[in-house]
Amino acid sequence: MKSDFRARNHPAYWAFIVHRASGVLLALFLPLHFWALGQALAGEAALESFLRWSDQPLVKFAETGLVLLLAAHLAGGARLLMLEFLAWRDWQKSLLAAAAAITLAAGLAFLLNIV
Amino acid sequence: MAASSTLAVSVWRGKESGRFQTFEVPRHESQTVLDVVTHIQRALDSTLSYRFSCRVGMCGSCAMNVNGRARWTCRTHVAEVAAGDRLEITPLANLPVIKDLVTDMTPFFDKWAKARGRFQGGRTRGHDFARVLPESRERRLADAAIECIGCGVCYSSCDVVTWNPDYLGPAALNRAWTLLNDVRDTDNRARLGAVAGDAGCHACHTHMNCTERCPMKLAPTASIAGLKRAAALAALKGELGDAVTK
Ligand code: SF4
Ligand code: SF4
Ligand code: FES
Repeated sequence: MKSDFRARNHPAYWAFIVHRASGVLLALFLPLHFWALGQALAGEAALESFLRWSDQPLVKFAETGLVLLLAAHLAGGARLLMLEFLAWRDWQKSLLAAAAAITLAAGLAFLLNIV
Repeated sequence: MAASSTLAVSVWRGKESGRFQTFEVPRHESQTVLDVVTHIQRALDSTLSYRFSCRVGMCGSCAMNVNGRARWTCRTHVAEVAAGDRLEITPLANLPVIKDLVTDMTPFFDKWAKARGRFQGGRTRGHDFARVLPESRERRLADAAIECIGCGVCYSSCDVVTWNPDYLGPAALNRAWTLLNDVRDTDNRARLGAVAGDAGCHACHTHMNCTERCPMKLAPTASIAGLKRAAALAALKGELGDAVTK
């Protein structure tokens, strides 16, 4: 028999889901990112108009999501490295909490800076 | 005791395919899930099959899925887990079901053998006692992982076992890690090779289902991380080579 979501509903598994999902979403975003950078090559005007477009509140909101994804993936990756290389025991849950806190802090910092 | 004095218990009947059968079981103070299953088998339906032995959390034979999570049923109190006076009891996941709540543990224990989970000493009775200092690093690492009762809870909870039926699984790897830290053992080169293959320690995704569920509060994930480091180091030194089994 197979187990269902009830067997997986715990913080470390959620950390895995967040890490996997943020990784996939960031990979999907990369082409757009490169395209935007490419706009700089196409001349100042093109970049300017793109940057103006990206100043709209809705786009800013989406960018905050992006910062959150990046922070989550980074902090989650650092957590995994520590789990693999350090002699952790009971404090692995604090590590998870720290990763979540870093993610939120990064998202908030970005949001407050621009709003 | 709670106002309601009965439990509605859905129990898996059959093999891989089967159905749930519901029983009404009277509640008691300090009742364990194993008490509930035993009541059903002794008083309501003697054809129910389940497995237990020690009833005190030592033998590892009573593990089942209770409300979706693998647990040792003899040390799980109904009060801890019964959501709204309901219990759902199914056999452990990731293992063939023989009948009702009884799984075939053969693949689980075969993997212990595959991970070279048997101690291999180099001394005879003619030798003096081996001296292992309690405070030595190896002894402390082995101690942290040694209390496994072989219940299969971790194995049943591991997604990688579900995805790759060849994966050695948390318990066998945890066992290999204790032996790797046993300074008396002489088989560790081959053991490291046995656990460093495709279905070995590197397949672990660090989901920590095993560590979350182990009733003995062991952390197989930490042991597996130790094996990964040891295997990587051995590979760098060129000591892994042909010993790796696929
Ligand atoms: S940490 Fe590794 S062994 Fe444990 S449940 Fe996850 S994948 Fe399986
Ligand atoms: S490691 Fe824990 S959950 Fe796994 S078999 Fe041993 S005691 Fe059971
Ligand atoms: S019956 Fe032995 S551990 Fe539960």
